[in-house]
Amino acid sequence: MTGKTHDAIIVGGGHNGLTTAAYLAKAGLDVVVVEKNPHVGGAAVSLELHEGWVYSNCSYVCSMMRQSIHRDLDLTRHGLILVPYLGTVNFGDDGQTLIDYPSEEAAHLELKRHSPHDADSMHRFQADLARYAQFIRKTLLRTPPDPTSMRPRDIRELLFLGKQMWSLGEREMYEYVRFFTISAADFLEDYFENDLIKAAMASPGIIGTALGVYSPGSAYILLHHVMGDVDGNIGAWGLARGGMGAISEALASAAREHGAEIRTTSGVQQILVKDGEACGVVLENGDELNAGIVVSNLDAKRTFTRVMDRNDLPPGIYEKAKNFKIRGSSGKVNIALDGMPQFTGVPDNRYVNRGGQGFTGSLKTMERAYDAWKHGRWSPDPFVESVIPSAWDPTVAPPGKHWMSNFVQYCPPTLAEGPWTPEERDAFGQAVVDKIERYSPGFKDLIVHMEVRTPHDLEQEVGLTEGNIFQGELTIDQLLFNRPFPGYAQYRMPVKNLYMCGSSTHPGGGVSSACGANAAREILMDLKKPNTVPEDDFYDE
Amino acid sequence: MSTNDPYAGERLKLSPFYPRASVLNIREAWSAWNGYKFAEYYYDAEYEYFCVRNQCATYDICPMQKYLVKGRDAEAMLNRMVTRDITKLKLNRVTYVVWCTDEGRLVDDGTIFKLASDEFMLTCGSSCIAWLRMSTYGFDEVNVFDVTDDIAALSFQGPTSCAVLKEMGLEGIEQAKPFDILRFPFHGDTLMVSRTGFTGDLGYELWISPGLALELWDELYSAGEDYGIQPFGEAATNMARLEAGFIMPDMEFNEALKTVHFEHDQTPFELNLGWLVDFSKPHFNGRRALLEEKKRGPKYTLTRLDIEGNKPAEGSYLYGDRNCKKKEIGYVTSAMWSPAVKANIALAMIRTDCLQGEIWAEIYYEKELRHYQKVARCTVKDKPFWSPPRARATPPPDY
Repeated sequence: MTGKTHDAIIVGGGHNGLTTAAYLAKAGLDVVVVEKNPHVGGAAVSLELHEGWVYSNCSYVCSMMRQSIHRDLDLTRHGLILVPYLGTVNFGDDGQTLIDYPSEEAAHLELKRHSPHDADSMHRFQADLARYAQFIRKTLLRTPPDPTSMRPRDIRELLFLGKQMWSLGEREMYEYVRFFTISAADFLEDYFENDLIKAAMASPGIIGTALGVYSPGSAYILLHHVMGDVDGNIGAWGLARGGMGAISEALASAAREHGAEIRTTSGVQQILVKDGEACGVVLENGDELNAGIVVSNLDAKRTFTRVMDRNDLPPGIYEKAKNFKIRGSSGKVNIALDGMPQFTGVPDNRYVNRGGQGFTGSLKTMERAYDAWKHGRWSPDPFVESVIPSAWDPTVAPPGKHWMSNFVQYCPPTLAEGPWTPEERDAFGQAVVDKIERYSPGFKDLIVHMEVRTPHDLEQEVGLTEGNIFQGELTIDQLLFNRPFPGYAQYRMPVKNLYMCGSSTHPGGGVSSACGANAAREILMDLKKPNTVPEDDFYDE
Repeated sequence: MSTNDPYAGERLKLSPFYPRASVLNIREAWSAWNGYKFAEYYYDAEYEYFCVRNQCATYDICPMQKYLVKGRDAEAMLNRMVTRDITKLKLNRVTYVVWCTDEGRLVDDGTIFKLASDEFMLTCGSSCIAWLRMSTYGFDEVNVFDVTDDIAALSFQGPTSCAVLKEMGLEGIEQAKPFDILRFPFHGDTLMVSRTGFTGDLGYELWISPGLALELWDELYSAGEDYGIQPFGEAATNMARLEAGFIMPDMEFNEALKTVHFEHDQTPFELNLGWLVDFSKPHFNGRRALLEEKKRGPKYTLTRLDIEGNKPAEGSYLYGDRNCKKKEIGYVTSAMWSPAVKANIALAMIRTDCLQGEIWAEIYYEKELRHYQKVARCTVKDKPFWSPPRARATPPPDY
């Protein structure tokens, strides 16, 4: 046991933990981050798993990163460049393709080719989504109010929410409430007739979530994925130059510059509580670190059921954490390729062939894939969202070679027959490769190396319970003032001096740095230190 | 072009690279520069900007004016014309220069290439043959030739640019230091490569006879295919140069010879280019006026601003107080949201005596046909917004 007592220990060096560390250190606190892996980043990492190829082997694209934080922490100077990518192609079951061209005119003509009705309707759809997104985006860098509290700050924040809601107009308020609970498929039914267009628009509604396109609540997930922006281009997605690890490395560099200490290969065995107050951690190697406060970047379930003693928690918290909805549903297949794959029905040009690929199929196919997950299996015909970052980023593969990130929905955390085995994992990877091969004959021959990741692997390596990429599902019962639990949505946890800063807190999953920044602001407020966290910056204000 | 085209006299000239560039100008987004048909952008301005910052991209600089200044007195004549000391310029080196009227007002800026002890190439944005000819008065052995149409030139910029030139077989290109000139045999002719550019990043400019322009394009694009090569136009150039803090005619300065209103042109000191004025060399154009201005201090100073929020302060007036009640202290010359730096940046002409105080920009912007106004705090930045180490490294990294 060392004599030194830090001001704060951050448990877990994910991007949110690093964000909290940076802002606490900026306020002059003595901060130490402890991370179990030899690298920082959690699920935002760049790893060279095959010589010459650098995979963003978990999260792979970025759109929610708060620009105000990027700017405030000067992350560009710390090495971060976000590059938007263009030209995603969606592949239908019947061999049809739908290309999302960056030019408005071209995109409209492409939609019109499938359905003049839908091409027209797309304008209304995008305006409606933009309006909903505008509302939720304004809450990202704010602490959710406690609706039962009479404290002036909570009342002020509630009024803020009310005012934002009111500004939608009466009819839209009804629509908005409906939107929070409806399924993505039902929501899209109001706008579109073409099945491929519907499927393409619905796909963001299932990414990372244990819901199907027809499950209530999936419409909100859709919004969660399109509310981000890159430089004001709402709904655009970007790649971090050097892979997603570049985001974490830049945040770590900023945190260090402000004086934070970051210890890797330092997993936490237990969060220590004394006299009802969090006071430090015991590392896996037995070392004990003391601090005035402890901030958990781990998910809510892991925090309260794995690294805390049940007896240190107030009654009911353990049960809440145990029942926290954090079902794993996504897999990832990272593939090193000897060359650029060609896709059937896609013009071989320098832009379109190089964007993202949505192996979407149809609403029916996506629902079938969800059915398989419910029964503890992977689908032989999964929904796969792919992108080839090496077409845009010269730093992640040798010239002329490529790597393809394939996000797979769905993949169960445990199989009906029992736990995952290496053989089952390979078979799952093969199902994904087989699906891509259908749209890109010869694809298999290009494969140089492949990494297959099931939810089980994500849990083992990253520490996400069940491999849930959002650190808890994004359904209304677990959003805003309900995240992670009602009554504990303001980053302060049921034990004094214990805070949470990960995606289990508002505003939830995604590489946004918002959870971490919000947590830092609350902590600084409790410590009566000046706030170092910037306000958010909006394009549509 | 058909001779019986009744509009032939009004049509723009086509660059030697046009047959290739036009195929890639998918948006048909053309504008004009010095009589040439010139791309505003090819596919998407922001995409092209990111190619410059992330991969590599080419910019057709055929329309840029190029003059050969030859003869025993060439050096002395240029030294008399520009504010910088050209006698210090070594063989096969390039330097950035400005030249002024007798009143010390900026005529134009450009670059001088020292190709031989008695041969220089001067490049600039606007035609300046008349000024050059006038500048030869009193020098016996100097001739000026307009070689704009005799040289095809392509600016090739971005972090993978050196790797591509190596791939193309330009051996030793990685040894070129910033502002160096190298020559390579190319299809029986010579390809001149200078490590220069207008983006503030790693980059080169390639100079070839027009007859070999398409061969150059094809070889470059073939070598660059796996390095993300893409043509970029005026829009992306303007973004990159503003991040680098470079000035543009008709934005930061009004060419003195085209200026009607008193002091609506600028001096090098006002443009924060005092470092280009060398009073220790023999007499040069505008010396007396500039010496006086140096003593007095410039009335305005071109300043880099980081502005809060994300609304570009295009055309904004600047004030010393948040209420914008007192007299204005300056105006924004160029402004943009910088996607790479993630900052709302601008260049602005600000009254020198007001630089130490608060600076506020009154910004107007539009949202669905309605106009809005906001006032944003500005912070003065000493350094360029974008200046990566690779731009100066020799040898530069491959990406």
